[in-house]
Amino acid sequence: MADVVLAIRDLHVTFETPSGPLEAVRGVDLDVQAGEMLGVVGESGSGKSVTFLASMGLLPTRARVSGSVLLAGEQLIGASAKQMRSVRGRLLSMIFQDPLSALNPVHRIGDQISEMLRSHQDLNRHDAEKRAIELLEIVGIPQAGDRARQFPHEFSGGMRQRVVIAIAIANNPKVLIADEPTTALDVTVQAQILEVIERVQERFGTAVVLITHDLGVIARVADRVNVMYAGRNVEQGTIDSLYDHPSHPYTRGLLASLPRTGKQRLTPIMGFPPNMLNPPSGCAFHPRCEFAAEICKGDLPELKSLGDLQTACVRANELPKAEVLK
Amino acid sequence: MLRYALRRLAWSIPTLLLVTFLVYLALRIGTNPVESFKRANPRATREKIQQYIDVNGLDPNYVLGYFRWLKNFLTGEWPRSIKGSREVWPALKDAMANTLRLGSAATVVGIVFGLIAGVLAALRPGGKRDVFINTSAFVGISIPPFISAIMFQLLFAVYWQRWFGESLFPTSGVYPAGHSGFDLFLMLKFMALPTLVVAIQIIATYSRYMRSSLLDVLNSDYMRTARSKGISEMRVLIKHGMRNALIPVVTIAALDFGSIVGV
Repeated sequence: MADVVLAIRDLHVTFETPSGPLEAVRGVDLDVQAGEMLGVVGESGSGKSVTFLASMGLLPTRARVSGSVLLAGEQLIGASAKQMRSVRGRLLSMIFQDPLSALNPVHRIGDQISEMLRSHQDLNRHDAEKRAIELLEIVGIPQAGDRARQFPHEFSGGMRQRVVIAIAIANNPKVLIADEPTTALDVTVQAQILEVIERVQERFGTAVVLITHDLGVIARVADRVNVMYAGRNVEQGTIDSLYDHPSHPYTRGLLASLPRTGKQRLTPIMGFPPNMLNPPSGCAFHPRCEFAAEICKGDLPELKSLGDLQTACVRANELPKAEVLK
Repeated sequence: MLRYALRRLAWSIPTLLLVTFLVYLALRIGTNPVESFKRANPRATREKIQQYIDVNGLDPNYVLGYFRWLKNFLTGEWPRSIKGSREVWPALKDAMANTLRLGSAATVVGIVFGLIAGVLAALRPGGKRDVFINTSAFVGISIPPFISAIMFQLLFAVYWQRWFGESLFPTSGVYPAGHSGFDLFLMLKFMALPTLVVAIQIIATYSRYMRSSLLDVLNSDYMRTARSKGISEMRVLIKHGMRNALIPVVTIAALDFGSIVGV
C-alpha cells in the first residue's frame, strides 16, 4: 500500500438554505495515495465537488463542515485562514470545470501563473516569469514566451484549461484536484487535456483526484475509483475490479447505462436523484434500487470489504453476480 | 467610421434648430414683455414701443423673430437681457464657471464615496451594513435636491447659528459680499453645502452600481481560482475583484463627467 497523502474521514458538509439545512456530504471516508490517479464518480449533487471544495477551504462561509481532512499529516478542517492559505496552491491545488471563466480576464496569462508561484516561493518577478513560461511549455502550449503576454480571451477553451493546469501545478503540489476538467470541452480536446493531466502526474509524481460524471474518462486514466451517491461513497476499488464485477447496485446501474458497441439499448437507472433536503432513510439509493428490501431502509450502510472492493450495501453478499461487462 | 461620424454630426444641425426653435416658442408664448412694458410706461409713444420691440427682438411674428435671434446669436451680436439690460455673456460666463466647479467637485466626491459605500455593502451582502447603505442610498435618491438643499441650509446655517451662535456654513454665494481675489479655504467653505446636496444623489447611485458590479464579480469563477492560489483575501479582493468590478462603473463615470455642466 502506497503512502496516503490525503485522508478524509467522516466528512460532513451542511448548507443552511431557506428551506432548511441541506446535508450535501454525509460522512465521506476517502484516501488519496501518493502519485495515484483517483477517479471520483457520481451524478450532479452527489457531493463529489463539495467534498473537495471543503478540503480546500473554498466553501462559502454559510457551509458547516465537520470531520477530518488530513493532508500529509496536517489537519485542514478547522485550520486557521492563514494556515489554509499556505496549503492552498502549495500542497493542494485545484482545476475547475469551466476554463472560460476560471481565468481572470483583465490579467495576462503569465502574470496569473507568476502570482501563484510568487505567493508560495521566494522568486523575483523575472524568475517567476521565466518559470511561468516553462510551465506553459510543460502543459503543451506552443510559443509559450509570446503566449504568456496574452490575455485569456486570446486563448481557446482547451488552451485555457492548459493554462489553468499550469497554474495549479506551479508549486508542484502533493495533490491536484481536477473538478470535471473536461466537461466543458470538445471531445477531441478532452482527450488532450486528460493526456496533459496524466503527463503531469507521471512527471511530478502528483496525486490526482479526477472528479467527473463520465465513466469513460475514469476508465481511461484512473487507477482507483470512488463512486459517490447522495453525499456518501457507496463503492470504491481499483479500476479493474470495479469495472469487471461491480457490486453495489448503483455502480451496476451506472455501468449498464453506458453505451457499448454491439449493445442495442441503453439501460437507464430508473427514478431521480434524491432530494437532499429530505434524503431517504437508510441507503439513499433504495427507492431506485431493483434489489431493495426492507433492511435497506434501516441504518446507513457502511463501506465493507467485499473481495477487492469496498461496498456500502447491506445486501452485497446476497446479490446475484453482475453480468461481466466486457 | 469617419463617414458615419460626419453623418451623425450633420444630423445634429436640424436637431439643434428644432430644439432652439421650440425653446424660443415656449418663451415667447409664456411671457409677453411688450405688455408689461406698456403697463410700466403707460404714456409710451408708438415709436418707443416699436423701439423696445426692435431692441429686444420681440417680433410678433414668431418665425421671423426666431430667425432674427438666430442670426444675432450666430454673429455674436447678443442683445442685452430684457430685465436689467445687462450684457448676457459675462453673466453666462460666471454661471458656467460656477456650475463647472460645483459639478466637478460633487462628481468627484460623489463617485469616490459612492464606490467606497458600494464596496462596503457588497462585502457582506444582506448584513447590517449592507442594509444600512442600501436604505440610505434609497432615501438619498428619493429626496430631491431642492428639498435637501433647504434642509441643509436650515440645519447648518440657520439652526446652527441659533444653537451655537455662529453658522457652520454660509447659505449662498461664492464668496462673502465685498470679497475680491482668490481664497481656497473660503471658497471651499461656501462650496461645502451645495457640493453635499449634489453629491448625495451621486453617492447613492454609485454605491448601487458598485455594489451590484462587485457582487457579480465576487461570485465569478476566477475569484475562486484566485482564492485557490492561497493569496491573501485583500489581494484577491483588490487585484482580482476591484479591477473587474470597476470596468462597468468607469464607463458610467466617463459619461457622467461629460454631463457635469448639465447637473
